[in-house]
Amino acid sequence: MLEIRVARRIGPLDLRIDLSLDGETVLLAGPNGAGKTTLLRLLLGVLAPDEGRIALGGRVLFDREQEIDLAVEDRELGYLPQDYALFPHLDVIGNVTFGLARLARSERLRRASDWLARLGASHLARRFPSALSGGERQRVGLARALARNPRALLLDEPFASLDQVARRELRVSMRGWLRDWQLPALIVSHDPADAVLADRIAIVERGRLIQQGTLDELQKAAASSFVSGFAGESV
Amino acid sequence: MKAGVSAWDGVQLAGSALMGAFLILPVLGLVATLSWEDFLGGLRNPLLGPALRLSLFTTSSSLALVVVFGLLLAWRVARNPGRASRVLEAIAQLPAVIPPAVAGVGLLLAFGRRGLLGAWLDRHGIGLAFSTPAVILAEAFVSAPFFVQSAIAAFRRLDENLLVVARTLGASPFRTFLRVGLPLAAPGLVAGAAMSWARAVGEFGATLLFAGNLTGRTQTMPLAVYTAMESDLRAAQALSLILVAVAFALLFVLRRVAPAAMLPGTEARGA
Repeated sequence: MLEIRVARRIGPLDLRIDLSLDGETVLLAGPNGAGKTTLLRLLLGVLAPDEGRIALGGRVLFDREQEIDLAVEDRELGYLPQDYALFPHLDVIGNVTFGLARLARSERLRRASDWLARLGASHLARRFPSALSGGERQRVGLARALARNPRALLLDEPFASLDQVARRELRVSMRGWLRDWQLPALIVSHDPADAVLADRIAIVERGRLIQQGTLDELQKAAASSFVSGFAGESV
Repeated sequence: MKAGVSAWDGVQLAGSALMGAFLILPVLGLVATLSWEDFLGGLRNPLLGPALRLSLFTTSSSLALVVVFGLLLAWRVARNPGRASRVLEAIAQLPAVIPPAVAGVGLLLAFGRRGLLGAWLDRHGIGLAFSTPAVILAEAFVSAPFFVQSAIAAFRRLDENLLVVARTLGASPFRTFLRVGLPLAAPGLVAGAAMSWARAVGEFGATLLFAGNLTGRTQTMPLAVYTAMESDLRAAQALSLILVAVAFALLFVLRRVAPAAMLPGTEARGA
C-alpha cells in the first residue's frame, strides 16, 4: 500500500496530490507541466514536499509533522526513468548487481541472473548498454530495479523511447509482469494506449488530481477536455 | 560571388599560415639551433639533476593536492547549484587570471612569516616561504583552476537520472560519487589533471617570488632554465628541450583523451 498526500510549490506549479495505491497499477496521466514528474521526484525523495506524508507498506517515508524524511536510498522504491538510465560504464550484469552491494558476490550474481532470466534478458549479461536496443534496455532497467525487491515501482514514460513495434510487444509483456509481481506501481504516461496496463487511471491537471477511475468510468463521465481526449483515444 | 568566396578563403589561409608559423617558430628555434654535442653537454649541466628531481616531486605533490581538494569542490559546485556555488566557482577561477608574479606576492603576504596565516604558522614553528613546500603551494595555486574548471564541467555533464537511479539502488551519496560520478567524468578529469600539471611544470613567477631560486630546494626546471641563461645559453636550451619533450608527451595524451571526454551517457542523455 502506497499512500501519498503531498503539497509542493515550484515556480508556477502548485502541486497538491492525495493518492493511494493498494497493490495495484495506477496510470498517472496529464498534460505537460501538470506535475507528474514533480510527484515522482517527491516520492523518490529527490525533492521534499512542503507538507504532507508518504507511507509505503506501513513504513513512513516522509512526514512533515513528525520530521521524517528518509534518504533516497532508504525508500525501497524501484525506479525506471524514461531513458532507463543504464550505467554506460557497466555491462548488463554490472548494472543489475549495482544495487546488490550488500550481498555476497555469489548471491549477487545468482539474484541478478535470476531476474535477467525472468525478463528474458539472460543472453545480454555481458553486453554494454550502448549495444542494446531500446526494448532490451527497458528489460535490463526493470531487472535492475526489481533485483532489490522494492516495495513499489515507479515507471516514468516506460515506452516513450521505443519504436511502435517494441512498444506494442513490451506493453503486453509488462502487463503480465505487473500482474505477477503484485507490487503497487505508478506509471507516468502521456500515451492513452498505456491505459491497458493499469487497474486505475489518475488524471493530474495543474497540480491537482482531477479525476480517477477505470478507463470505462473516465469515458462515461470525463471531468475535463483532457480526460475525454485521453479516455477517448485509448479505445 | 565566387571571387568573394575565394578572396575570403585566401585571407583565412594567409592568416592561418602566419599564426601557425608564429606559434611553431620558437619551438623550431629550440630544436634546430642546437647540435647534438651541445645538447649532451647541456644535459651534463649540474643544475639539471636537482631541478628535474625537484620539479617531478613538487608538481606531483601539487597535482595530488589539486585533484583531491579540487574533486570535492567541483562535485559540490556542480551538484548544488546556487549562490554559494557560483561564488566558489569564481574563486576557483581567480588564479587563472591573476598574473603569476602577483600571485607570488599574494602567497608571500598570506603564508610568509608576517603573512595573514604565516604569522600564526610561524609561531607554531612552521616556516613556509622560501622552502620546497612553498614551491608546491605556488604550483597548486596557479594550476588549480585548470583542473577545477574541467572537473566542474565534467560533473555538470553527468545525466542527473543516472545519479538518482544509483541512489534508488541503495547507493549512498558517497558511493554514487565514487561508482557513477567519477568513472563517467573520468575523461574530463584526466584532461583537466593533464592541463593542470602542465601549468604547474611551467610555473615560474609565483615560485620565484614566494619560494626563491635555491638549487635543490626551490629551483624547479623553469627557474633552472632562467639561471642557466645567465651563464650558458646552450645549457638553458638543453633544459628547455626536456620541457618541450614533456609538453609534447602531454599534448599527445590530451589529444587522445579529450575526444573521449564525451562518453555515451555523460552528455547526450543529460538533455
